[in-house]
Amino acid sequence: MIGGLFIYNHKGEVLISRVYRDDIGRNAVDAFRVNVIHARQQVRSPVTNIARTSFFHVKRSNIWLAAVTKQNVNAAMVFEFLYKMCDVMTAYFGKISEENIKNNFVLIYELLDEILDFGYPQNSETGALKTFITQTGIKSQSKEEQSQITSQVTGQIGWRREGIKYRRNELFLDVLESVNLLMSPQGQVLSAHVSGRVVMKSYLSGMPECKFGMNDKIVIDKQGKGGATDEAGKSGGGGGKQSIAIDDCTFHQCVRLSKFDAERSISFIPPDGECELMRYRTTKDIILPFRVIPLVREVGRTKLEVKVVIKSNFKPSLLAQKIEVRIPTPLNTSGVQVICMKGKAKYKASENAIVWKIKRMAGMKESQISAEIELLPTNDKKKWARPPISMNFEVPFAPSGLKVRYLKVFEPKLNYSDHDVIKWVRYIGRSGIYETRC
Amino acid sequence: MPAVSKGDGMRGLAVFISDIRNCKSKEAEIKRINKELANIRSKFKGDKALDGYSKKKYVCKLLFIFLLGHDIDFGHMEAVNLLSSNKYTEKQIGYLFISVLVNSNSELIRLINNAIKNDLSSRNPTFMCLALHCIANVGSREMAEAFAGEIPRILVAGDTMDSVKQSAALCLLRLYKASPDLVLMGEWTSRVVHLLNDQHMGVVTAAISLITCLSSKNPDEFKTCVSLAVSRLSRIVSSASTDLQDYTYYFVPAPWLSCKLLRLLQCYPPPEDGAVKGRLVECLETILNKAQEPPKSKKVQHSNAKNAILFEAISLIIHYDSEPNLLVRACNQLGQFLQHRETNLRYLALESMCTLASSEFSHEAVKTHIETVINALKTERDVSVRQRAADLLYAMCDRSNAKQIVAEMLSYLETADYSIREEMVLKVAILAEKYAVDYSWYVDTILNLIRIAGDYVSEEVWYRVIQIVINRDDVQGYAAKTVFEALQAPACHENMVKVGGYILGEFGNLIAGDPRSSPLVQFNLLHSKFHLCSVPTRALLLSAYIKFINLFPETKATIQEVLRSDSQIRNSDVELQQRAVEYLKLSSIASTDVLATVLEEMPPFPERESSILAKLKKKKGPGAVSVELEDGKERGELNGGADRGGEAAIAASNASTPSPSSDLLGLRSAAPVGGPAPSAGSLLVDVFSEAGPAASSTRVNDDGFLSALHAPEAPDSRLAEGPGDADSAPPSAASEDPAPPLPESDELLNKFVCKNNGVLFENQLLQIGIKSEYRQNLGRMYLFYGNKTSVQFVSFTTTVSCPGELQSQLNVQTKPVEPLVEGGAQVQQVINIECLTDFVDAPLLNIKFRYGGALQNITLKLPVTINKFFQPTEMAAADFFQRWKQLSQPQQEAQKIFKASHGMDTEVLKAKLLGLGTALLENVDPNPENYVCAGVIQTKIQQVGCLLRLEPNAQAQPGEQMYRLTLRSSKDTVSQRVCDLLAEQF
Repeated sequence: MIGGLFIYNHKGEVLISRVYRDDIGRNAVDAFRVNVIHARQQVRSPVTNIARTSFFHVKRSNIWLAAVTKQNVNAAMVFEFLYKMCDVMTAYFGKISEENIKNNFVLIYELLDEILDFGYPQNSETGALKTFITQTGIKSQSKEEQSQITSQVTGQIGWRREGIKYRRNELFLDVLESVNLLMSPQGQVLSAHVSGRVVMKSYLSGMPECKFGMNDKIVIDKQGKGGATDEAGKSGGGGGKQSIAIDDCTFHQCVRLSKFDAERSISFIPPDGECELMRYRTTKDIILPFRVIPLVREVGRTKLEVKVVIKSNFKPSLLAQKIEVRIPTPLNTSGVQVICMKGKAKYKASENAIVWKIKRMAGMKESQISAEIELLPTNDKKKWARPPISMNFEVPFAPSGLKVRYLKVFEPKLNYSDHDVIKWVRYIGRSGIYETRC
Repeated sequence: MPAVSKGDGMRGLAVFISDIRNCKSKEAEIKRINKELANIRSKFKGDKALDGYSKKKYVCKLLFIFLLGHDIDFGHMEAVNLLSSNKYTEKQIGYLFISVLVNSNSELIRLINNAIKNDLSSRNPTFMCLALHCIANVGSREMAEAFAGEIPRILVAGDTMDSVKQSAALCLLRLYKASPDLVLMGEWTSRVVHLLNDQHMGVVTAAISLITCLSSKNPDEFKTCVSLAVSRLSRIVSSASTDLQDYTYYFVPAPWLSCKLLRLLQCYPPPEDGAVKGRLVECLETILNKAQEPPKSKKVQHSNAKNAILFEAISLIIHYDSEPNLLVRACNQLGQFLQHRETNLRYLALESMCTLASSEFSHEAVKTHIETVINALKTERDVSVRQRAADLLYAMCDRSNAKQIVAEMLSYLETADYSIREEMVLKVAILAEKYAVDYSWYVDTILNLIRIAGDYVSEEVWYRVIQIVINRDDVQGYAAKTVFEALQAPACHENMVKVGGYILGEFGNLIAGDPRSSPLVQFNLLHSKFHLCSVPTRALLLSAYIKFINLFPETKATIQEVLRSDSQIRNSDVELQQRAVEYLKLSSIASTDVLATVLEEMPPFPERESSILAKLKKKKGPGAVSVELEDGKERGELNGGADRGGEAAIAASNASTPSPSSDLLGLRSAAPVGGPAPSAGSLLVDVFSEAGPAASSTRVNDDGFLSALHAPEAPDSRLAEGPGDADSAPPSAASEDPAPPLPESDELLNKFVCKNNGVLFENQLLQIGIKSEYRQNLGRMYLFYGNKTSVQFVSFTTTVSCPGELQSQLNVQTKPVEPLVEGGAQVQQVINIECLTDFVDAPLLNIKFRYGGALQNITLKLPVTINKFFQPTEMAAADFFQRWKQLSQPQQEAQKIFKASHGMDTEVLKAKLLGLGTALLENVDPNPENYVCAGVIQTKIQQVGCLLRLEPNAQAQPGEQMYRLTLRSSKDTVSQRVCDLLAEQF
C-alpha cells in the first residue's frame, strides 16, 4: 500500500507529488530530499527508512522516483510498480527527463490516478492504458466503445482489447541478454551469469492464441525421452549446444502460468504492440564473448606499465560492436602514454581510467593495448587498490545459448493461420558488468 | 616577474570554482575534480619548474578540493616551497595549506619548522605574524617543542612590533593550552606581566588572555599582575570615551579589555595593599556609577558592552565578598535589571543575585526584591529564567520570609514546567523543614506538596515527614488529624496514602477519641484506598493494619477478616502474601503483651543529614556547589542557633560525597544477618525494625516465626548510600596493576581492622566503598562500586575467592553484579560471610571491567579479619585475672613490643580498641594507663575467648614511645593473628 509517490529532479526539487494516504504528510517530501538526495554520503540502498516512513526509490538518469509508505509493504511489489511506471512513462513520452516530466505533468497525474488507487497498484499495461488515457484530444466515443472499455478494463484479458485488425499479421521477437562476468587475472572465472529478456512486438488481428518454444533443457529432455526425433535443437547449430538450463524465469501477465507449471509450455494471448514476454537467468555453460588478459607491472614508485590483450571468442563470421575497454589508473597518475593496435585509446583524467574503444571486431581475433603510466610520488602509504578492468560490447548472438524453437499463432475465429504470420527473430548479447581483475 | 603582471586574481582558480558550482550532480563534480587533480599532478611532476604564481594557484585549488571533502595526498612539498617565497600572498597560501592539511606526524614537519624559524628570525613583522599564526593553528606538540622557547623571547623583546607581540601572546596561549608542560615561563614571568603596562591596547588585550590562563594555573608567580591590572583598569575606567579612539566601542572604552582585567582579578583574593585596594574599589564604584548614567547611544551594542563590564564587575565584587557597600549597590543595580526588557539581562541578574544572596552583607538587600522575583517566577515566558527565579527564591529564603516563599513556590508548582517540578518539590520540602517554626505548618506544607505534585515527590520527601513527625511529640496528634482529613479526598496520591497509612498506624490512637475518626472509620478510610495502590504501598498498609490491631483491639476482628481474605492471603505477590500470613498469625497467637512490645511505637530516629538535601545535591551534580556552599553559610551566619543546625553545614562540608544515609527507616544496626534471601521489596522491615539493637535482641527470641520478619534489608533500600564518609577515605591507591593483589592491598586491609565502613580503594576510574556488619559468626558486607568516569563500564564482573586453606575456614557468598555500570553511577554488591573456624588470610576480591575497550583488572584483599567476629564480653576484675591465669600456657600467649607510629591519645586508642570488637574493661588493670579488653571470637565450630592487654609507656619522649601488647586466647593461632593485626594499628 503505497502512501504517496514523488518525482524529484537532480537538485531535489519536487516535480510530481501525489499523496494517496493521509498518513503521509508534506514533510515526507522534504525528509527524502534531505536524507537521500542531499545526503552527505551517497545513499546506496534503494530503501531508506526515515522516521518510521519507508522510501523506495529508483533513479532514471537524473530523475528520482520515490514511493513512500508508512506500512510494512512488500518491497518487491513497490519496485515492480516503480519499474512499471517508468515503462509506462517511457511509452507515453519517451525518455524520462526533467523536461519531459514538466511537459507532461498533467498526463502523469492522470496516469497516477489510473495505475494506483488508494495506494494499491492497478492495471499498468501500457496498451490498455493508451485506450483511455490519450495524449491527443479525445474524440467522443460511441456508446459501444465506452461499454467496451469498461468490460475490457474489468475483464479477464485486461491487456488486449477485441476487434484489432491488421492487414499484415507480423510479429518480432528479440532475445536481449546481458552477460556478467568477474574473472581473476589468471583467467579463472569467479562468477558469471546471463540475465536475459524475450521482448515481443506483435501486430496480430483478433485474439490470437500463441505458443512459444525454446531450447529449455527440461522440455527437450522430456521430448527426447518420449522418443520423438525433434531435430530442431540440433539444427540450430549456433553455439553447438542443444539445450540450456534456465535458473529462474518470470513471465508477462498474459502467460498462462498454470499451463507452464503443468506442461512447461508457454502459451498466451499477447497484448497488442510491444511487451516483455519473459525474463530469465542462466549461470551454466555461458559463452564468454571476450577474454581480457591484463599485465600490470610496477616500475619503481613513479611508473606503471600496463598491457592488456583482448581475445574474441565466437564464430569468425559474427561481428561484435561497440567494444570499450576501461583500464583504471592509480589516483596519483600524472601522465599516460598509450599505444594500441586497433581502435582508439585515451586517458580520461576525470574518470581515472584509460578508455579504449573499438568499433567492431570479428570472432576469433585478438588485439592489444599497452600503456605507460607516470605516477606522482605521494606521502600516502596506501597501496593502489587495483580496481578491475571492465568492458562493454554488443554481440549478435545469445551468450546463454538460448534459441527460439518456434512461436505458433492460432486464431480460430479469423481466417489466418500460423503460416500467414510473418515472424522475425533477433538475438542481441550485451555486456553487463564484465570485469577482469588485474 | 611575470607573477606581478598576472596579479593576485588567480583566474584559473576562479574558473575552477565556478565550474564546480555549476555542476549539476555530485558525479559531475567528482569528474571535474578528478580532471583538475590529474592536471595538477601533471603540473607538479618533478621535471618542470613552476613559477611561484602557478604554484600558489595549484596549492589553492588543492586546498579548495580538500575543503570540499576530498582527500589530498600530494602537493605538500609545493606548499612548503611556497613558505620560502618572499611574496606575502604566496607565503600566506603556503601557511594556510599547512595549517589546514599538514598533520603533526608528517615527514615534512622539519622542513616546515625550518621555514617558520626563518620567518620568525626575519625582521619582517608580517612574516613573523604569519609564522606565529601557523604555529598557533597547528598547535601540535612538535610545534610546541620547537618554538616554546622562541616565542616568549619574541613576546618580551623590546624591538618587536606591537602586532607581532599580540600574535606571539595568543600563540603562546595556544601552545600552553595544548601542552602546558612544554611552555615554561620561569624567567619571562615578570616581563610578561609587565606587558600589562604596554602602550598598545591590543598587546595588553592579547597578553591578558595569556596571563589569565597562566595565573589560574600558578597564581603565586603572577601575583604582581594584580596591582598592574588594577592601575590599568582604573586608567580605562576613568578615561573619557574618546580617549582610547580605536579601542572605544560604541562609546564604551575598551570593553573587552576591561572584562578581561576584571576576570583576571577574580583569580586572586582582594589586594592587601590598601592603596591598590582603594583604587580598585574606586574603579568598581565608577563602573556602578556609569551604569546609572543615561545611555550615550540607543544602539544595543552600547548597552551590551556596558553591561558586560558591569556584570564582570559584580562577579568580582561577589568574589571578594568583603565590601558591604559595593555588594548592596551591586544588588540594587541587579534589582533594576530584574525588570529590564531584555530577557537575557533578567536571566543574568537573577543568576548573579543567587550568588549575592549567599553573602552576609547583601542578603538583606537581595530580600527586598522578593516581590519582583516572585512575579518573575509567575510571569516569565522563558523556562530557564523561571528556573533561575526559583533558584533565587530558594537562595534568599530565611526564617523571616520562609512562609511567604514556600507558599509562592507551592502555588507556582501547580503550573510549573515538568522539567523543574521535581527540583521545586525538593526545594519546597527543604525550605519547609529548614525554616519550620511550628511543625504543624511543616506538616501542612508537605501534605499540600504531595497533594499538588504527588508524582514528583520522591521517597525521601515523605520519609522525612515521617521522621520528623515521629521525632516530635507535639505534632503527632496534629499530623494524624491532618492526614486523616487529607485522606478524605476521593482521589489522593499514592504518596499521601503512604504517609497516611504510616502516621495513622503509629498515631491513629491520638485522634481516635473523636467519633468522626473512630478506629473503624480510620481503618475503613485507609482500606478504601488499598485496592488503588501499588504493591509497596499495600504492603505498608498491611503493616499499618497490624499496628491498628495493637492500637485498637476492637478492630482486630475486622482486620483479621481482611488479612484472611483470599486477595491478601493468596495474593500473587509474595511479599503481600507473606505479610498477610504472618500478621494474621501474629495477631491470633501472640498475647497482647507481646503484641504491644512487637508493635511498639517507632523510637525516634537519630538526627542525621536531611536526606532531601542530599537528593537535591545529587540531582544538581557537582555544578551546584555554589548553592550548597551558600546553604552552609546561611546556616552558620543567618540562622545561627537553629535547632536542627549543623545538618546542612555537614552536608556542605562533604558535599562531594553522596549522603551516607538515605534509608529513612534505617535498620542499619538492627538488621540481622543470615535471614532468608532478601525478597523484592523487603518492606517488612519498615515497621518491624528499629534503631536500637537492644530491642531487636528481645524480638528474635520472642517467637519462632518472628525471626523471619527480620528480612534482611533489601539492596534497593540502600541504593542511595554512598561509599562511606569522605574523611575516613584512605589515600587513593592509584594503580593499574593486573591480577595479583595490589601491593598496597595489605595496607588497605589494615585500615579496616578497627572499622567496618569506609573507602576500600580508589583510582581514577573506580571507587570501592565498603559497609559491613557482623553478628556472631556471620557477616554481611556491602560493596559499592562507583564509576568515577562519565563512560560506562562494560562487562563488569567481580569475583571473591578464598585462596588456600581459607576455603575451609571461611564461607563467602556473593551475588553477581550488573555487568554494565553507567558513568557516574554506583552499583552495590552484597557479600555474605560465614566464619567456620579461625583464619589468617583475607579473601581476594577481583574486579574486571572494560573501560573504553581496555580491560581493567584489579585484585584487592577483602577486609575480613578474624577480629570482626569478636563478641564483646564484660567482666569484672576478678574474673578477668582468673581467666588470664587459666590461659597461661606459653603457646596461648602472644606478645609484641613495638614502637608507636601514631600519638598516644587516650580517646583514639579507646576508639580503636572498641573498633576491634572487644569490650574495653575499665578499672581492671591496677595501672590506669593500661588497656584491658575481653571478647569471644565466634566461629561456627567453636568459640575462642580472647583477652588483651595493651601497655603504653606514655612518659617516654615522643618518637620513642613503645607499646607492649599481650594477647591470651584459648587457641594459639588466634592469639598470634590478633596480635599481628593489632600491632599495625597503633
